[in-house]
Amino acid sequence: MSALLAADLPYWVQSLLRVLGGVVAVLLPAGAIVYLFLFKMMSFMQSRLGPMEAGPYGSMQLFAEVGKWLQKEDITPERADRVIFKIAPLVVLASTFLLVAVVPFGPDAWFTNFEAGVFYMLAVSSVSVLGILIAGWSSANKYSLLGGLRAAGQLIAYELPMVLAVIGVIIQAGTMNLQGIVLAQNTGEMFGWNGLGNPYILTQFTGFIIFMIAVQAELTQTPFDMPIAESELVSGYMTEYSGFRFLTFFIAEFATAGVFSFIASVLFLGGWGVPFAWFGWTDIDSVDNWMNVVGPLIMFGKMMLLSFVIMWVRFSYPRFREDQLQRFAWKVLVPISLVNIMVTAILKVAL
Amino acid sequence: MPKIPGLLKGLGVTLNTLKRTALDGANTVQYPHEKEAPPLRARGVIALHEDNCTSCMLCVRSCPDWCIYIEGHKELAPPRRAGGKPRQVNKLDRFDIDYALCMYCGICVEVCPFDALFWSPEYEYSEPNLADLLHDKVKLGEWMATVPEAPAYEVGADKKGKK
Amino acid sequence: MTSTESLIDRKQLAYIASQAADARLNVELETEGMTLNIGPQHPATHGTLRIIAHLDGEQVVWAEPSCGYMHRGYEKLTEVRTYPQVTSLVNRIDWLGSFANEVPFILAAEKLMGVEAPPRAQWIRTILFELSRIANVSLFLGDLGVQLGAVTPVFMAFRDREHVLNLIEAATGGRFHPNFDRIGGLKDDLPEGFIDETRAVMKKLRNFCTEMEDLLFGNEIFQSRTRGIGVIPKDIAMQYGLSGANLRACGVDWDLRRDQSLPMAWDKVDWKVWTHPDGDSFARCWIRLQEVRESTLIVDQLLKSIPSGPVMAKVPRIIKVPEGEAWVSTENPLGEMGYYVVSKGDLGPFRTKIRSASFNNISIVPWVLKGVYVPDIITILASLYFILGDIDR
Repeated sequence: MSALLAADLPYWVQSLLRVLGGVVAVLLPAGAIVYLFLFKMMSFMQSRLGPMEAGPYGSMQLFAEVGKWLQKEDITPERADRVIFKIAPLVVLASTFLLVAVVPFGPDAWFTNFEAGVFYMLAVSSVSVLGILIAGWSSANKYSLLGGLRAAGQLIAYELPMVLAVIGVIIQAGTMNLQGIVLAQNTGEMFGWNGLGNPYILTQFTGFIIFMIAVQAELTQTPFDMPIAESELVSGYMTEYSGFRFLTFFIAEFATAGVFSFIASVLFLGGWGVPFAWFGWTDIDSVDNWMNVVGPLIMFGKMMLLSFVIMWVRFSYPRFREDQLQRFAWKVLVPISLVNIMVTAILKVAL
Repeated sequence: MPKIPGLLKGLGVTLNTLKRTALDGANTVQYPHEKEAPPLRARGVIALHEDNCTSCMLCVRSCPDWCIYIEGHKELAPPRRAGGKPRQVNKLDRFDIDYALCMYCGICVEVCPFDALFWSPEYEYSEPNLADLLHDKVKLGEWMATVPEAPAYEVGADKKGKK
Repeated sequence: MTSTESLIDRKQLAYIASQAADARLNVELETEGMTLNIGPQHPATHGTLRIIAHLDGEQVVWAEPSCGYMHRGYEKLTEVRTYPQVTSLVNRIDWLGSFANEVPFILAAEKLMGVEAPPRAQWIRTILFELSRIANVSLFLGDLGVQLGAVTPVFMAFRDREHVLNLIEAATGGRFHPNFDRIGGLKDDLPEGFIDETRAVMKKLRNFCTEMEDLLFGNEIFQSRTRGIGVIPKDIAMQYGLSGANLRACGVDWDLRRDQSLPMAWDKVDWKVWTHPDGDSFARCWIRLQEVRESTLIVDQLLKSIPSGPVMAKVPRIIKVPEGEAWVSTENPLGEMGYYVVSKGDLGPFRTKIRSASFNNISIVPWVLKGVYVPDIITILASLYFILGDIDR
């Protein structure tokens, strides 16, 4: 996107387009996930139809809900820390927008393309912890406080397996640039056969599973939704939020699900690319321009596939207890991912 | 290690339900557009057959939460045959049931000795205002049209067992 | 001698010194406790139960249930109502298994009057009793999922419970409050087609049980959340007067349906009382699942052997119960439920004592919640399974 436009557009137009693109890249997946999975798939899994009244098959339900939330009174508890209480949802949402900035959607369709993309992504994804923690603290509610603390503990614990799972990919690709990782997968070959490229889900399967589990935990979806836990903590850190601020949390939750699915598809499923051998491309400069349109669609498809799995697990499982969850992270996921890194490193050197 | 199957089975159950809902339709009913017919015996609303009521007050007295209000007076009706004495009949002035209080136990219908009260499966009479749930004899009489025939009995039932 | 003495002294001194150091450390690290009010408005209490939990971090130091937010005074109400009116009141005690609430009261009144319902009425009573047990406990199975964070089971429970409620409505006219039991029999006979429909529904319910086993009970996360949590030993359970599935989960083979001879049809069919040796939350949930399945089998057998005949014995139109006192309790969905009816020969009881299962079942809460974590409070409360109306009456 931006690189295409870089040649002949003034800077402010480029910036505007980037902001617009970012909003679309965050809100479109969020809307699609909420409607398709949260409303429809969950309902179908529970033998019901879900929203049917707003628009054909309830497709306008999301707009109705947004309208409802915008009308609601914005309540701040009397003893809450007002300033922090109000900025907390924005911090969480900002983390999502920062995340999407490094995701490549096509050979030239990216917002920024810098070398330490993976590093940046992992760093920025933990900004949301800050938002959740201050939301829990500033609400002046015991349930919120417990929820915020649980969230902080959980997100930090699962940050580690996520980082370690990605290291395997970095070692194999030899780059921390997300665009580079996409190229490495699509130009790669398996045992001399390049018909499929080399999507890292095959070679880094352990890493993929660990990454998805960590994503599930980062998103605080069931079975890792201890911080929200509506049946015991009454939605945890979100208890005191209403109206627009709750909507922000809600959008952030599902937008982050979409963005993490984007990232997972970049890291493990080959991102926007198709195996380059199909069209006789050799490197990024020889890729045809139409990939800038098809690429985002491919990404969207992969994102929906991964979000489907995330939501499917969410609707099927009960939740862990906080200590079991920590034990699972430190005693199972971290050792496995360390072993994974070692094996990857050894094979990388040996082969 | 039996760890995997339990988790996978759970996913299978939800996926199966998803498939079943998509293929065979949901178990829910889209209410205002389609309606489920309640069973014939359903205790939806009490209908009043005004002509049968003699304002004997049995239902009022047997109601556990006293939600029936009856007022009546006696008046003379013309004699049945010419030259006879005028009959004395009980005229119903007021027969109100407060559905905000009624707990649908059905005791009034059961104790009524003259078959003036009936159960109807009609259920759509909600009101935005609580006080509007006090229905008078005209409204109760309108519900008489919705009263169904009593259903047939199951095999082996003693028909004399009826009330 | 002296050397050993001094040795002991030194040891003791060292011990005291270490204790003092520990105490200092404890004072330094001591955290302030927090009192968490779970309820009266809380999604986990399905009603208005309040649990006052004193927490140290996420661990419970002590907890106490505070009930009475929903007290409706049924024991007192029965004194100013006639016998037919009382049945319509008492089926609101445990509102999920309402028909089962009427039965012990009616049996107590029948015992005082010396009448017995005809066999067909007994059979139908037992069928409806078991149907209300299924309606009650199948909702528990779904609710359990919600308490533990799984959203799907509750919808499946509502879906299949709907069939049972439809059956109860078709027979009695009321989905939740049948008010179908009369002194001396039943209000009416079954409607046509009830038997075939019930058979089909029982099949669906057994499918539901299998689905629940796959979705919830077989799930490793569910097992790790419930196994070994809230263990109640046999003797403690007996001391606190637990009953029903909570007691059977502690390994006590005790079921009033089998151990009592009542004018009901349970002794005419072949069924099994399930027990579990563990006494933890998983055992309680598992027992209930098995009981739903067992109930469907009981209903199936009863439908096969249902006798023909009248459903009402000869009783006067205006019921006056002779002077006397009677106690009848039955194995209700939640546990032992009994009525002690004192009659002075009036139209209504002189005094009624209602022994409801949930009140005794939650009396163990302070004991069992000591030292558990906040998430486990929910697990234990969910697995103890109470209905607020049954606690507060």
